[in-house]
Amino acid sequence: MKNRVAIIGAGMTLFRRRMLESPKELSFEATRMALDSAGLELRDIQSVVSGSAPDAFDGMHMKGEYLLDGMGGIGKPNQRVYVGGGTGVFTPIGGWWNVASGMYDTCLCVAEEKMSPLHPHPQYAFWSIFDQILERPLGTTLLWIFSLEMRRYMHKYGIKEEEIATVSVKNKGNAVDHPCAQLGAKITVDDVMNSEPICWPVKRLDVSPPSDGAAAVVLASEKVAKTLTDQPVWLDGVGWTLDSTHWTNRDLAYPEYVEKAAWMAYKMAGIKKPRKEIDIAEVYDPFDYKELHHMEGLQLAGKGEAAKMAVDGVTQRDGDLPVCPSGGLLGVGNPIAAAGMMKICEVFWQLRGEAGKRQVKKDARTGLAQAWGDLMQVGTVAVMRS
Amino acid sequence: MKLSQKITSYPGHEITPEDVKDGKYLDVVYKFEPKYSWAAGVAISRFLADLKEGRIIARKCMNCERILVPPRMYCEKCFRPTDEWVHIKDTGTVNTYSISHVGTDARRLKTPILVAVVDLDGATPGMGILHNLGEIEPSKIKVGMKVKAVWKSSSERQGAITDIRYFKPVGEE
Amino acid sequence: MPLRIGIVGVGHSGFDSMTPGLSTRELMFEAASRAYEDAGIDPRKDVQSFICCTEDFWEGISITDEYMPDQLGAVLRPLCTISSDGIVGLATACMHIMSGIADVAVVESHSKISDVLNPDEISSFALDPIYTHHVNADPRFVAGLEMARYLKETATRREFCAQVAVKNKKNALLNPRGVHGANLDKEAVLNSKVAASPLTELESSKTIDGSIVFVLASAQKAKKLGNHTVWINGIGWSSDTPLIEDRDMARAAYAEQSAARAYKMAGVRNPATYFDLAEVDDTYSYKELQSLEALKLAAKGKAGKMVESGSFDRDGRLPVNASGGSLGVGHMLEATGLHRVLEAVLQLRGQAGRLQIPGAKKAVVQSWRGIPTATGAVAVLGN
Repeated sequence: MKNRVAIIGAGMTLFRRRMLESPKELSFEATRMALDSAGLELRDIQSVVSGSAPDAFDGMHMKGEYLLDGMGGIGKPNQRVYVGGGTGVFTPIGGWWNVASGMYDTCLCVAEEKMSPLHPHPQYAFWSIFDQILERPLGTTLLWIFSLEMRRYMHKYGIKEEEIATVSVKNKGNAVDHPCAQLGAKITVDDVMNSEPICWPVKRLDVSPPSDGAAAVVLASEKVAKTLTDQPVWLDGVGWTLDSTHWTNRDLAYPEYVEKAAWMAYKMAGIKKPRKEIDIAEVYDPFDYKELHHMEGLQLAGKGEAAKMAVDGVTQRDGDLPVCPSGGLLGVGNPIAAAGMMKICEVFWQLRGEAGKRQVKKDARTGLAQAWGDLMQVGTVAVMRS
Repeated sequence: MKLSQKITSYPGHEITPEDVKDGKYLDVVYKFEPKYSWAAGVAISRFLADLKEGRIIARKCMNCERILVPPRMYCEKCFRPTDEWVHIKDTGTVNTYSISHVGTDARRLKTPILVAVVDLDGATPGMGILHNLGEIEPSKIKVGMKVKAVWKSSSERQGAITDIRYFKPVGEE
Repeated sequence: MPLRIGIVGVGHSGFDSMTPGLSTRELMFEAASRAYEDAGIDPRKDVQSFICCTEDFWEGISITDEYMPDQLGAVLRPLCTISSDGIVGLATACMHIMSGIADVAVVESHSKISDVLNPDEISSFALDPIYTHHVNADPRFVAGLEMARYLKETATRREFCAQVAVKNKKNALLNPRGVHGANLDKEAVLNSKVAASPLTELESSKTIDGSIVFVLASAQKAKKLGNHTVWINGIGWSSDTPLIEDRDMARAAYAEQSAARAYKMAGVRNPATYFDLAEVDDTYSYKELQSLEALKLAAKGKAGKMVESGSFDRDGRLPVNASGGSLGVGHMLEATGLHRVLEAVLQLRGQAGRLQIPGAKKAVVQSWRGIPTATGAVAVLGN
């Protein structure tokens, strides 16, 4: 690569079920905050990468165009990158290639999602992610692929619902310390087990909420970053992979696409033993079992072994491998693309030692953020270093 | 409680459905109605035509020797055209299942929908399709259970995935 | 130093008003198979990045990248959607190659507009939901507004716009892909039904189906692939404000900015005399004139006269849309930019058949994303 890439600023809005701010205004707030934190103005920015998941949420065709002025993209080269739920972590990856290629020295990366405009429920947008001829006529909901995958994962490795529930308890608990969080709460495994089944084995408290929100980071080349900050966080590894469309032909118990994406990023960052070398991980957790499933794909746990780590407290903030110290999607909220970007922001703050009450106990030098998307299909992975 | 020790205020204002109902904040309502008539293509047109006949058809790739369902005209592993049509059975094994209490728009259903990935007999192991289960108590469903398609009558079938009503258990119990 | 990324393979399928026999995925498989054969590569081994340029509502699918990997040979490989015109996809591939994550990258875009029954509903849904969407009109009203402003500010004569349609539709008669080729005169164009005054129907391009795939390679790798590399020497993309009301409607600011970046990268100082051919935006007749001025291929307000005098004919000083462009061949949604690049690449390879411009060595290609955007891209190509 031509340039080593640094993250030099980050910002995010509150994540809430419904926000007063328009999609453009949410984007602006996160963007302004990221610029302020980097000490830059829009004129210092050479290119913009935007991220937002289905147009159906905000209720706009060509949503990336509509959002442009809120994201600071007027008169600048802009790319809207898009890989479904993986988009949030993919947005700074898009920024990475803008800078690593030597094409630009500074790049603003903004992710926004406003899910509340879609009625009667944001879930409706997910009906149209399924095959229009073979699957939609069956009355599909997004929850189906998750519950089917969760059941298969439980079956293959003999994992219990109670073990999986500990992830929800941890993340919602962590989110109590996050000022932007939508669903921070001290709950118990029993609370999760007793919450209403919505798509068994998925229960109400196994799931992250629909949300509105935006988050942003500023990237700079090494040369520029060093003139602006003493505390750059290096984006040293990026990876992404898409698996086949035919999700019903696949081993649902293991996310091979996450493994492939992770090794792409690890190789770039020179990481050989991820479990030893990664200090903290913001693993994608739209559902509690997904955190475990993804930890295995990320090589942070052996196959079928992540649940034990969660139960044993290894993934707690004071544990050996803190996972989702932010509170994750389960606790902070899930405005799809913005939620993935929130994870990037959290690793940035953690590696700079600025996370306040959320700061992990161990001395974190290397962090990872990951997102997932599509029909059990996409892995996006970013490795960051202080 | 801070995002970062350097940041002290957090932008954004939460509003409630009541705020909007009461006219405190305004919104613009529009019902977007795009209409499509998707060309099913070579592979899926034939698959649907066979469903209408009460049969399930797959495609075989002679290179990796997999029998693929749903059928496709190209093998995604080998990146080459697939070679021949193969009829497979309408029986299979439950790979995984779920009990859905909500519908497409997240509204609660009175009777839950039983959903499964069914690996079909005669296709390469692991080749499943998404479908519903029926004629079974939700608590009795098991991963690995043998099932068989329950078809609509020939006069009701129209060349759609719903020509199969659902899969029901076969064999013991 | 100019950019040097090789286009080592091209493939296309469709180029028809309807393709009812093939699904989108099957249409893509055809184009991809041809592009890989052209480049002499195996996508399962030789490609490190795949990029698709699509928008969800054109497909009728939320998150369209779900349905992209298999037919491109991209399963379990890095693939992503860039929700923009295909030339922005090419720019992305260039950056992937420049940053060292790929030696070979593939870019695909397509139109399956024949699957869409009410495209105007979709185009209108891109208008600002609060300020603009209430205008209950054919979305081409935006083009009508721009055209009227362009004509007034540049004092361009109305029939010069019609001449663009006459030229491009006539060029398309020689192009095997030219679905909308026709031999018409200006009278016929001006007297055709009004689409959005002053724009007429024959001055509006019509959508067609098709898929286009490009294989790009680093300079080093390109030496080993194929034997007819065309080089991307400069590339730029940009957006003006999304608020229609705020734009300077007479100008294509996005094209000016994109061209400035691409020219700088390629070291083009005098664009008006540098190129042997240009494939530029002609989604609507006036767009070609507006674009030629933005690209500095014509002085401000002079493009119309130059079209009228034949400067941009196939045998003119600078052939513009010798392929027939979008007016003559058809509009391909986000694949439109790739279509223009395809025509330019065939010219620079000397494979343009009856369209061939003798000795063509340098080309400029420009595209626009269509109503209601002010986003576009420019690529400078050389052989």
